[in-house]
Amino acid sequence: MSNGPSRAEHYPGPLHNPPVKGGEARKHHAPHAHHPKLQHHFDSMEQQLDASILGMWVFLVTEIMFFGGLFMAYLMYRWANPDAFQEASAHLDKTWGMINTLVLIVSSLTMAMAVRSAQTSAKPKTQVMWLVLTMVFGTAFLGVKYIEYSDKFAHHLVPGPNFQWPGQYASGAEIFYSLYFCMTGLHAVHMIIGLGIMTVIAVMAWRGKFDAHYFTPVEVGGLYWHFVDIVWIFLFPLLYLIGAHYGAGH
Amino acid sequence: METPSYLNDGHGLKSWLLTKDHKRIALLYLISITAFFIMGGLFAMFVRLELLTPAGDLLNAETYNKMFTMHGVVMVFFFLIPSIPAVLGNFLIPIMIGAKDLAFPRINLLSWYIYILGGLFTFVAALSGGVDTGWTFYTPYSTAAANSHVILAALGVFITGFSSILTGLNFIVTVHRMRAPGLTWFRLPLFVWAHYATSLIMILGTPVIAITVLLVAAERALHMGIFDPALGGDPVLFQHLFWFYSHPAVYIMILPAMGVISEIVQTFARKNIFGYSFVAFSSLAIAIIGFLVWGHHLFVAGQSVYAGLIFSFISFLVAIPSAIKVFNWTATIYKGSVSLDSPMLYAFGFIGLFTIGGLTGLFLSTMGLDIHMHDTYFVVAHFHYIMVGGAIMGYLGGLHYWWPKITGRIYSEFWAKIAAGLVFVGFNLTFFPQFIAGYLGMPRRYHEYPPELQVWNVMSSAGASILAVGYALPLVYLVYSLFAGERSPADPWGSKGLEWEIPSPPPTANFEVTPIVTHGTHQYAPSKEVGIV
Repeated sequence: MSNGPSRAEHYPGPLHNPPVKGGEARKHHAPHAHHPKLQHHFDSMEQQLDASILGMWVFLVTEIMFFGGLFMAYLMYRWANPDAFQEASAHLDKTWGMINTLVLIVSSLTMAMAVRSAQTSAKPKTQVMWLVLTMVFGTAFLGVKYIEYSDKFAHHLVPGPNFQWPGQYASGAEIFYSLYFCMTGLHAVHMIIGLGIMTVIAVMAWRGKFDAHYFTPVEVGGLYWHFVDIVWIFLFPLLYLIGAHYGAGH
Repeated sequence: METPSYLNDGHGLKSWLLTKDHKRIALLYLISITAFFIMGGLFAMFVRLELLTPAGDLLNAETYNKMFTMHGVVMVFFFLIPSIPAVLGNFLIPIMIGAKDLAFPRINLLSWYIYILGGLFTFVAALSGGVDTGWTFYTPYSTAAANSHVILAALGVFITGFSSILTGLNFIVTVHRMRAPGLTWFRLPLFVWAHYATSLIMILGTPVIAITVLLVAAERALHMGIFDPALGGDPVLFQHLFWFYSHPAVYIMILPAMGVISEIVQTFARKNIFGYSFVAFSSLAIAIIGFLVWGHHLFVAGQSVYAGLIFSFISFLVAIPSAIKVFNWTATIYKGSVSLDSPMLYAFGFIGLFTIGGLTGLFLSTMGLDIHMHDTYFVVAHFHYIMVGGAIMGYLGGLHYWWPKITGRIYSEFWAKIAAGLVFVGFNLTFFPQFIAGYLGMPRRYHEYPPELQVWNVMSSAGASILAVGYALPLVYLVYSLFAGERSPADPWGSKGLEWEIPSPPPTANFEVTPIVTHGTHQYAPSKEVGIV
């Protein structure tokens, strides 16, 4: 094996998963069997998988910085307008927010099952089932978001010339809703991209492309999906829950 | 007829536009950034022509604003940031680490297409009337007042940012996962260290400018309140987010150039670098400290004095790793067997001009002095010493140094020396008078100025025309060398390093057999450090 010196002789690399059956299989078969999915510039399947996983982690770091700009803006404006943010938050629907949080957490579970089913060479049907379930939950999330957005449009809570605020902090509330739409909108765009990725992966899984020797796309797609879920885990309390004790709310 | 190389492995436009070979993608970048360099240079030409006389006689204020804005946007985002990493880094990093390609060849090609798409947006913005906000897109002017194509240009910056992110991501994964056996971190060429540090800035900083210009576009198009005080927003937040990327972006431009200089200095002084690990770590130090200094752009923006003090102090700290590099290059040259080939002339130019650029940076990070010099030509001169005197000198030096490797041809050394001399003289004549004009109170971004400042501006415009000749010359003799240049041997400079051990131009796969590395690069003579390794 002519691998880089940075890696130990055996998988797990620094960013490994907990050992699974698939990991063992990789170790024995990958280096010498010229897998059709091994690209010419890699020496082995493990090197290829390692590179892809590290690449996705680095990409997720850029995503954190991307969302980070918005979280910074949130932090500053909430610090400047604490009451307005509470008042504005009270107008978001906590029930739908809660339902969507649960939907995403369950979708993370089904995604993890999809990755595992590929790593353990489960039947293509099983892999596809977990992937489709993940997509169903993702779509359900976007459906709820659609209901919520329509409600905001109907109540003139969309920032811009038509914004109308029933409470006392109109200016701060408008900033809150600007951030609400930017943050959840950007998150929704990531969900839609995620669904696109899942579709491609599901088609590949249906054709039986994934087994214990090669499952890079499922693994890497899974990392992306979990990241998008985690962003929501931060968005939900910061947007929906800070107004929980404000006035009457609804 | 010819020996097989990446250049004759496949012919026709399709074999280039769909290539996944890092060497061919580097050449795609080379051609496109050269086009943008010429475009940015033309905008600069109009700026310098207008400033020849104190009165605003050639361009009206609005057109002048568009000229310096487009000059800045094109030069920063479409030339300087991709220049060394996307051309030389792309070509050399896989070879220097003994790999067949970058970790993600398709993403590498994608990044070029994204760059071109972003460039098209900017090009369309320029053709349809341009942008007048300055390359900094400051709010609320850019979102509420500017009557030009802000959204198009902002989207161009947004899109091309992803090309930069993908390049950085590719380099990081490649350096971590693709090194040849025996090539430990401390045997890596310093060029690779510099690019690793640059890539860190690319992946950590670029997403922040992406979200920031996206918010500018949202505020401008949808009237969502984010930065505009009339809508409840805070324009200073924009400045913080903008400079959080755009200050480190300066290090995206200068760090790769420092990597180039480290290679050139060793080859042409025939000595291995003095204090390898200091030079390697100073790249990382610049990348890290560079993220903590953005507030020195906000000294007069209403930032708290205490924040200003801290930003001022940290800005001084950047001088330490920068000085380490300058001292170590000098110590490398000291008692070396120095030959003054054209790449070395650029390296000497770089060391001197970067030192002036860096030291005047200390003037500006001193809060009291900055109040006097803020937004004057002193600032313009300072950052051009870094970006033109530093980054472009490094780029040209690197291009000359690796040209025989990239193309397999030798260029005319006579003309290369003349060009290097013209660039050095033209550059200093252009920008040194701007320090003085700025200190005397000439503000930046005005198309008129008091008549007593004309002498400095005439000198500057005269220098710019010499500089233009210095930049045009390589275009001629380098292209000429492609057709009539002598064929280059594998190692025309007698240099050491993996890239010089393979033929010029390299074969598509770079290495027939994966090399096994037993020592660092540039081991011209044994030294204490070699013993430790």
